[in-house]
Amino acid sequence: MSAEMIQAKPRRIAAVAFVAALAASIALRTSLDRKATKQPAFSPVEYVTSGKTLRQLSFGYQGLLADFYWTRAVQYFGRQKLTGTGDFQELGPLLRITTELDPHLLIAYRFGAIFLAEEPPSGAGQPDAALALIRRGIAANPSYWRLWQDLGFIYYWNLKDYARAASAFEAGSRQPGADVWMKTLAASVAAQGGELETSRQLWSEVFSQASNESIRRSAQEHLAAIKAAEDIGHLDQLLSEFVRREGRPASSVGDLVREGMLPGWPVDPSGVRYELGSGGKAALGAGSKVDLHLAR
Amino acid sequence: MNRIAAIAVHTFKESVRERVLYTLVVFAIVMIGAGLILGGVSVGINQIALVNLGLSAISVFGLLIAVFIGISLVWKEMERRTLYNVLSKPVARAEFILGKFFGLVLTLVVNTAVMTAGFYLVLWYEKGRLTAADVAPLQAIYFILLQLALVVGVALLFSTISGPALSALFTISLYVIGSLLGDLRAFGEQSGSAALRGASYVLSVLLPDFGALADIAPAAHGELLPASRVLAQSLDAMLYGIVLLSATVLIFERRDLR
Amino acid sequence: MWAVEITGLTKDYRLGFWSKNYKRALDHLSLAVEPGEVFGLLGPNGAGKTTLLKLLLRLIFPTAGSASILGRPLGDVRAHARLGYLPENPYFYDHLTAAEFLNYAGWLCGLDGVKRRHRGYELLERVGLAGSADVPMRRFSKGMAQRLGIAQALVNDPEVIFLDEPMSGLDPLGRRQVRDLVLDLRRNGKTIFFSTHILPDAEALCDRVAVLNGGRLQDVGNLQEILRSSVESIELVLDDPPAQALEALARFNPTSTRNGNLMRLELSANADVDAVLGAALAAGARVVSLSPVKLYSLEDYFLSRVQGRAPSSREEPVSRPEAARR
Repeated sequence: MSAEMIQAKPRRIAAVAFVAALAASIALRTSLDRKATKQPAFSPVEYVTSGKTLRQLSFGYQGLLADFYWTRAVQYFGRQKLTGTGDFQELGPLLRITTELDPHLLIAYRFGAIFLAEEPPSGAGQPDAALALIRRGIAANPSYWRLWQDLGFIYYWNLKDYARAASAFEAGSRQPGADVWMKTLAASVAAQGGELETSRQLWSEVFSQASNESIRRSAQEHLAAIKAAEDIGHLDQLLSEFVRREGRPASSVGDLVREGMLPGWPVDPSGVRYELGSGGKAALGAGSKVDLHLAR
Repeated sequence: MNRIAAIAVHTFKESVRERVLYTLVVFAIVMIGAGLILGGVSVGINQIALVNLGLSAISVFGLLIAVFIGISLVWKEMERRTLYNVLSKPVARAEFILGKFFGLVLTLVVNTAVMTAGFYLVLWYEKGRLTAADVAPLQAIYFILLQLALVVGVALLFSTISGPALSALFTISLYVIGSLLGDLRAFGEQSGSAALRGASYVLSVLLPDFGALADIAPAAHGELLPASRVLAQSLDAMLYGIVLLSATVLIFERRDLR
Repeated sequence: MWAVEITGLTKDYRLGFWSKNYKRALDHLSLAVEPGEVFGLLGPNGAGKTTLLKLLLRLIFPTAGSASILGRPLGDVRAHARLGYLPENPYFYDHLTAAEFLNYAGWLCGLDGVKRRHRGYELLERVGLAGSADVPMRRFSKGMAQRLGIAQALVNDPEVIFLDEPMSGLDPLGRRQVRDLVLDLRRNGKTIFFSTHILPDAEALCDRVAVLNGGRLQDVGNLQEILRSSVESIELVLDDPPAQALEALARFNPTSTRNGNLMRLELSANADVDAVLGAALAAGARVVSLSPVKLYSLEDYFLSRVQGRAPSSREEPVSRPEAARR
C-alpha cells in the first residue's frame, strides 16, 4: 500500500459512504412516501384559522398542545355551565382545534360530543356540531367502535332519529373488538323504534361500563325508572283484566293479590309498594324514590 | 476501532462531568413531575397529559443537551487546541470524528435514560402500577434518541465549519426545518408551481426528517407503532447519520487547524 | 534515513474567509534533521516556527513542498506512532485528571490498560507531577500544564519528539528540569526538534539550529558558528582615561560613551585586540575590562541581520517576560 493511498483513504471512504448513504436514504424516503396515505387536502382558510397552523408551529409537540386545548375546552365548558349564560359558542372551535392537533385524542371526541349535544342549560344544544365532531373522530380513528356507539347515542337521545341510530350501532358492531351488545342494540333500536326495552338495554350497558360513580348512579336511576314504568304498565293490564273478571274496578293493588293474579304485593325498585292512583290506574306509592320522568 | 473507543469513552467522561447537564436533566424531571398538576386540572387525560408532557420534556431537554455538547465540546477541542494532542497521536481525523460522535451519543443515551427513569417514576406514582401497555412511551423515547443522534451529527458537521454561535443557530434552524419536512412536502404538492413542488421535494429528501421521529401522540394513547415503521425510521436515521458523518469527515480531513 | 526531512515546504494563509489575499507564513523551507540530534528552531515571533511544526504534525496542510518523518510522508499515521508532540501553551480538558489524560493519550497510542497505568505514573514522576495525578486539569497552573504536555508527548516512548516552546511558562527550576529531560532523552538516542526564541536554551541544548525569519530559513548550523559569523563587537572599558589615550585609540574607530568616570569604547569585532590593549596601556589608561560583546537576544540578532545595524551589547541574557512576548 503506497503512502499516497493511506493519506487518501479516509477521504475516499467518506466520499463513497456519503454518496451511497445519501442515495439509499433518498430511495428509502421516496418509497415510504409512495406507500404513505395521502394527507387530506386542506383549504387555505382553514389552514390559517385552525389547529393545523398550531401544528406547524408546535414542532412535534402537538400532542402536548392538544392536551392544553382539551383542558381549556373543559374549563370553558365548566365555566359557561356554572354562570348559566348558555353561551357555548367557543366550545365547537376549541374541540376542533384540540382534535386537529391530536386526531387520536379520543376523549375529546367522546366527552366533547356529549357537551355539545346536551340540551341547554346543561350543554350547548348543538347536536349537529356534536355529530360533525364524532364523524371527524371516526374518520381519524375508523376502527374505534365506541365512537360509533357515541354517534348512535346522539341520534337516539338528542335527535330521536332511531333509524340512523340503529345504523350507527350496526356500523360500530362491525369494527374489531366491538362488544356483542352493539349488535342487539342495533337490532332492537331498528325493530322497536325507542321502546322501553331498548332504553333499558342502553342504560344497562352504560351502567356496566361506566367507570365514574355518578354516571353509574344515574344509569341506575334510569334503570329503576324504566323498571317501574314497565311494572306500572303490567299492573294496568292486570287491573283491566280484573275489571273484565269481576265486573268492578279493584279497590287496591291488594285485590289482585287476593284474586291470585299476583304472588304478592309488588314493590318498586326503591322497595315501596305500588298503589292505585287517580282514575284507578297503578302508580308509585307514597315515599317512593323512583323518578318516573326519567323513563320518558 | 480501539482508538475510536478511546475517544468515545474520553468524550463521555468529559461531558458527563459538565455541570450544565445535571441542571438540564434535573429541570427536565421537574417538568415531567409538573405533568401531575396538568393532569389534575383536566378531565379524563391525566395519563395522556403525563405521557405527552413527559416525552416532550425528554425531547426538548435532550435537544438542548445535544446541541450544547455537540457544539461546545468539539469547538473547545479546537479552540483550546486539545485536538493538537489527539492528532499528534496515531489517530486519523476520521477516527476523531467517529469517536466524538459515539461518545456524545453515549452521553445522550445516559442522560435520556435518567430522564426516562424519572418519567416512569412519575407515571408509577400517578397510576399506582405499571402495565404492559406502558411500554409504548419507550418506543417514542427510542425515536427521540434517533432524533438526538442526528442532531449531534448536524452539530458536529457545523462545528467543523464555523464557530459555536453560528453552529448552534444552524443546527437549531435545521432541526426546525427538518421537523416541518412533512408539511413542506404537503405544501409543495398543493402548490401549482412545478418549480416549488420540485424544490420542496428535493429539500424533503435531502434534509434530516426530524418530524417523522417526533411522533409522541400515539405513545400517549398507549399505541405501539407498527414494526415496519420502526424499522424504516431506524434505517432512515442510520443512513442519514452516515451522510452527516461522512460529510463531516470529508470537510474535516482537509481542514487547517489554526 | 533522516529523522525529519523537509523539502521546499511552503504555507500560505488566507487572510479572511472571503479574502483572496494570502500571507506567506513559510517560504520554500528545506532542511534535514539527523537521528539522535537535538535540533533547535530559532526565530522571533511570527517567524514561522509554529507553522512549521503544525505542518509536520499534519494539523495544517502545506501549500507546496513536502516533508517526511522517519521516512514516512506527512499525514501517514504510522509515523505518528513513533513521534511525540508538545504544542505551544498546551491546554487540556477541564474535567479530566492528569492520570486520566495520560491514560487517554496512551490508549490513543495503542498501549494496553496495564501498560498505560504504569507509563502514566512513571511519566508524572518524571515531570514532577506525581502529587497531582488525581487533580482535575482545570486547576493546573501554566507550568503544570506545560509539564503534563511534555509527559503526554513521551507516552509512546517516541523516537522523534517535537517540542514547541518547551520552556514557556516554567520557573527557573522547571526550565532546569526540562533541560535535564531533553539531555536525558538525547542520551537515549532520541531525536528532538524544538522551537524557541530564547537563545540560552538553544545554546545549552542544541547540536544544530535553524534560524527562521519571516518564514524563510536564514541559517542552519552550530549556534556558536552562526552567532560568530554575524556582527559582533569588542567592548573596552577604561577608568577616567587621559586625552592621549583616546587619541591613540581613535585609529580603531571606536564608538565611545562616558558614564561618570568610566569610558566605554565599542570596537569592531575584527579589531586587533592586542594592538588595542597595547595602545591603551601605553597611553597610561587604566583598563577596567575588555570583553567580546555576546548576543543573547535573538531579537537583537535579527535586528542586526535585517537592518544591518550593530547590535547593542548586553551583559546578561535577556528573556522578555511572558506578557511582553504575547
